[in-house]
Amino acid sequence: MNTELLGVGLIFLITLVLSIPLGRYMARLYSGERTFLDRILGPVERLFFRISGIDSRREMTWQEHLKALLTINMVWFLWAMFVLTNQSWLPWNPDGNPDMTADLAFNTAISFLVNCNLQHYSGETGVSYFSQIFCLNFLQFVSAGTGMAAAVIVFKAIRDRQTTQLGNFYDFFLKSCTRVLLPLSLIVATVLVFNGTPMNTRGKASYVTMQGDSVQVSQGPAAAMIAIKHIGTNGGGYFGVNSAHPLENPSYLTMIVELLAQTIIPLGMIFALGYYIRNRRFSYMVFGVMTLGFLLLLTPAIYSETQGNPAIAQLGISQPSGAMEGKEVRFGSVASAYWSIITTVISTGSVNSMHDSTMPLSGMAQLLSMMTNAFYGGCGVGILNFYVFIILAVFISGLMVGRTPEFMGKKVEGREMKIAMIVALLHPLLIMAGTAIASYLAANDVSMGWWYLNADGQPNTATAWLNNSGFHGFSEMLYEYTSSSANNGSGFEGLGDNNPFWNITTGICLIFSRFIPIIGPVAIAGLLGSKKYIPESAGTLRTDTGTFGIMVFAVIVILAALAFFPALALGPLAEYFS
Amino acid sequence: MKTHLLPALKLTILSIVFFSVIYPAMVWGIAQLSPTKGNVAWFEHKGKVVGAQLIGQSFTQDQYFQGRPSAAGYNAAASAGSNKGPTNADYLKDVQARIDTFLVHNPGVQKSQIPSDLVTASGSGLDPDISVQGALIQIPRIARIRRISEERLQQLVKEQTKTSPIGGVETVNVLALNAAL
Repeated sequence: MNTELLGVGLIFLITLVLSIPLGRYMARLYSGERTFLDRILGPVERLFFRISGIDSRREMTWQEHLKALLTINMVWFLWAMFVLTNQSWLPWNPDGNPDMTADLAFNTAISFLVNCNLQHYSGETGVSYFSQIFCLNFLQFVSAGTGMAAAVIVFKAIRDRQTTQLGNFYDFFLKSCTRVLLPLSLIVATVLVFNGTPMNTRGKASYVTMQGDSVQVSQGPAAAMIAIKHIGTNGGGYFGVNSAHPLENPSYLTMIVELLAQTIIPLGMIFALGYYIRNRRFSYMVFGVMTLGFLLLLTPAIYSETQGNPAIAQLGISQPSGAMEGKEVRFGSVASAYWSIITTVISTGSVNSMHDSTMPLSGMAQLLSMMTNAFYGGCGVGILNFYVFIILAVFISGLMVGRTPEFMGKKVEGREMKIAMIVALLHPLLIMAGTAIASYLAANDVSMGWWYLNADGQPNTATAWLNNSGFHGFSEMLYEYTSSSANNGSGFEGLGDNNPFWNITTGICLIFSRFIPIIGPVAIAGLLGSKKYIPESAGTLRTDTGTFGIMVFAVIVILAALAFFPALALGPLAEYFS
Repeated sequence: MKTHLLPALKLTILSIVFFSVIYPAMVWGIAQLSPTKGNVAWFEHKGKVVGAQLIGQSFTQDQYFQGRPSAAGYNAAASAGSNKGPTNADYLKDVQARIDTFLVHNPGVQKSQIPSDLVTASGSGLDPDISVQGALIQIPRIARIRRISEERLQQLVKEQTKTSPIGGVETVNVLALNAAL
């Protein structure tokens, strides 16, 4: 057990060591400096821009950025809807999987578009190879690139004093995809194919086992998608059980690589910010606050998973490797607990163990990771979410010392504060409202009609979507909306979620929780960027200090964590104490 | 919005070509250099493919080492975990039943020796491995049925034990172990 603990410590250190140079590289890239892939990819990008009729050097205001971002996202959504609802006759469907229903396609298309990757289908039976590669794998690249581009707009607004010209959206977007996501994905995919993950075009294979059972094995172009799913912090797996599947995550070594893959860009973005705005102390402050939060969430998860399940201990057997329900032997309980927190703070949502079967306190830590939604975070959007908390902390600190709140030499005023509050309060609103509706329906066992039909086409009652009753059942519903609103994509997968009720309600939740937290910070940064620069003086509140870090942390705890306490008390806490 | 629509459409088409054709083709090309050439690594026994190295399969007969319970019934075309919560009463009954069954098939084993991985379902339903302890406590049963000495079997388990370099998790691949019998 101790070597396993050392193992995860080492994994975190390796992540850190890799993400600092990556951050420096990204800062150079977004500043338009020369980088090592210029010679190969430069011409490709220029060709793309020429054919598309885009002048990548034309700078945009924040409003134009958002128009470009939303327009191209709409195009991707329509493409995804088309592919998913027509996959049965489209090419490359060797297993003969059927079209998605409209509500499932809506949920899946939105979910991959917004970098969430909630999956209400199972990879082996729900999608064709064409859908996997041309729809889902494609969206995994571009949705991550969108998030990173949005973050760079904010970076630029912070750095450049008094300007409305914030770079070109298409330039930021395409470079994120070609210069960061693509090379890193190729490295990860290489490790995967050399360790046994399939990358072929064949349909299911079959064999007869040693004992004489006939078995079919799903395969296909898995490695390419699994690589970008982690690099882009998407999390949508190729196979149904995601990275718990032995072909999707064959060994402890590939698990380390997949963990590194999902962590380095979010961490790298923190350091990129420091290099980009030429204030590395600010990066250290952000990194410090996020790491403190991460460790506070990680500790209870590792502790309760290694202790094992007390209810199973009562049955009289031994649990030398901790709680093993829903876990794979090759990962063990420590690394599984570590993954479950990494994937929830980072909004990846890939899993290497089933979160539904983890101990109540671990489940609570996973939920809290997504509820705070401020530690590390997804590709680009992590830093945007954190930016909102910084603005709030600046305002509150300003009021406490009785002077006009300033951030990086710009006055934070009413308009920015209103936007920041809307973004910050949207997250609890979506989670609480969704959970309230679903648990009301379940508590009254309402007959759901068209919203939830069983296999024979008859209406189900609401409790049928629960896989576990009581407190844990409440947690299943709470988790689904939390995961949607945090754009995470993991689930307490026991929940019966492939029906119009869950597909549509979580789909709507996903749209709001993706685009408002992008529009809000970009708008704040744009508004601040155009204001007059006030040079630093003795009275300026410094934002790159430990004291300010503590302020930000306090704001996160008060605003994000405490808002959810009643819900957590009804779910995981009640289960823990029962 | 109109000014952005046409560029967005064109850029989307080009991106699809780049990330859905060229990128997967590159990964496929790299895979051709790997030992398995991008295919599932099959497991051969006595000249016949009897499974995949990485995918667990069902062993129910007493003459074989048994793997973990599977919520997917070891169906490698429909992976699944049980998703049972830790305090679910029905689930705990299932675990109790698995313990009782194990004790019937393995007389002489103390309940406290059974490691939890043998009576809890894996995440994927296809876990190819069990813990070392999980293999060792099945030895007396196999030895009796197959008339192989327990020392020889312990040696076999030792040979099939793999330790991860970082983290030190020890695993025994059930299929490889059974094939070595």
